[in-house]
Amino acid sequence: MRFAVFLGAMLGGVAAMAADYVPLPGGTFNSVLPADGQNAPARIAPFAMRAEPVTNAEYLAFVRTHTAWSKDQVPALFADGAYLSHWAGALSLGDAVLADQPVTEVSWFAARAYCEGEDARLPTWYEWEVAAAADAHRTDARADPAWRQSVLDWYGRPSSAPLAPVGGAANVYGLRDLNGLVWEWVDDFNALLVSADSREQNGADKARFCGAAALTLQQKENYATLMRVAMLSALKASDTTRNLGFRCVRSL
Amino acid sequence: MKRWFLCLLLLVFASGAFGGNALPGDSVYQFNAPLVDQDGHAWHWADRRGHVQIVSMFYTSCTMVCPLIVDTMKITAQAAAEKNDARLGLLLVSFDLARDTAGVLHGYALRRGLSPAQWTLARADVDDTRKIAAMLGLQYRQLPDGDFNHSSELVLLDAEGRIVARTNVIGRVDAEFVHAVRKALAEK
Repeated sequence: MRFAVFLGAMLGGVAAMAADYVPLPGGTFNSVLPADGQNAPARIAPFAMRAEPVTNAEYLAFVRTHTAWSKDQVPALFADGAYLSHWAGALSLGDAVLADQPVTEVSWFAARAYCEGEDARLPTWYEWEVAAAADAHRTDARADPAWRQSVLDWYGRPSSAPLAPVGGAANVYGLRDLNGLVWEWVDDFNALLVSADSREQNGADKARFCGAAALTLQQKENYATLMRVAMLSALKASDTTRNLGFRCVRSL
Repeated sequence: MKRWFLCLLLLVFASGAFGGNALPGDSVYQFNAPLVDQDGHAWHWADRRGHVQIVSMFYTSCTMVCPLIVDTMKITAQAAAEKNDARLGLLLVSFDLARDTAGVLHGYALRRGLSPAQWTLARADVDDTRKIAAMLGLQYRQLPDGDFNHSSELVLLDAEGRIVARTNVIGRVDAEFVHAVRKALAEK
């Protein structure tokens, strides 16, 4: 009996430590970025996504066991000078940073390394977009003007306010904080091919991008999502910002 | 005696500075990964430290801008250095892992007259290919039909692996970029 209680406590402890991943079915999805640059839907294989963004406490635990990713050791190639700059020390958060706030000021390289340590990877844009299209009741709420407005309202909030802890309301899959807390890295941020240049329809543009054509954006009314694409495609892999975090996924 | 000792000390310090150089933090050789070249030889990304290189990414079955990227690298190298100057490396990394085997890269190099003394056509695994593009600030995306959309840019790496210049002028020589290549070769 005592053993069973002990075992239960152990298992409970393990469950509390391991991140919660939620399965998503995948399928075809009408992305704002058509797969062929014209109108082909995205095809997404089933995957599991972290229910919440990675927190400061979780990232600190990672840095403690992977000190090459501490801010005093990481090379500039992998993270810019603002990497983890809100933390008090290389291996400490300090009083101004909450353990359960999403970690921000992390680069693409750093986010990738963290996910690898969790036997996971960063989501592709399509995986992130399909997950974030859901609201509390629907898997695709994007046609609802109220949903769009709620996302836009968040963009409009001043970024100087302290970040809330993770654990906002769950969407229909059980995923939290996809909209309304932080921006999130995707693995193929450098495949979105949306830049000021690619919107120019002139000869210089055709030479700049090899292939059928630079991607055209669809669903122009869905600029809540398009703004996110524009932001992600403008980033460099070593960039960090105070509103940019990440979560991981696993293929199923 | 004292002066002699000072000279020795200087010599030790100087050789230390030149011999055991710490790699700059922003060097692309902070990253390392195995690649395979057009002759099937395995090499590592950071093996290139010590060479000035013009780098771009491409795929051999591309019929539109990619041949122009290769041509632009060729004429840029000719404008900046003597023919087949071994100090200047020309590196093309493919992102078409399904089709661009070492054999296909070899055939392409032969067909385009890309001398192995100066040109390396290479492939890495899928994950490292994405990382190499990220480091170089290049974009690519596979389309459903197997083709790619990608940025057309040349990146100049100095001997320490720092990105010292880049150009998206394709199809002709970018004089500023050529100047940067010469400067990197002179500093080497």
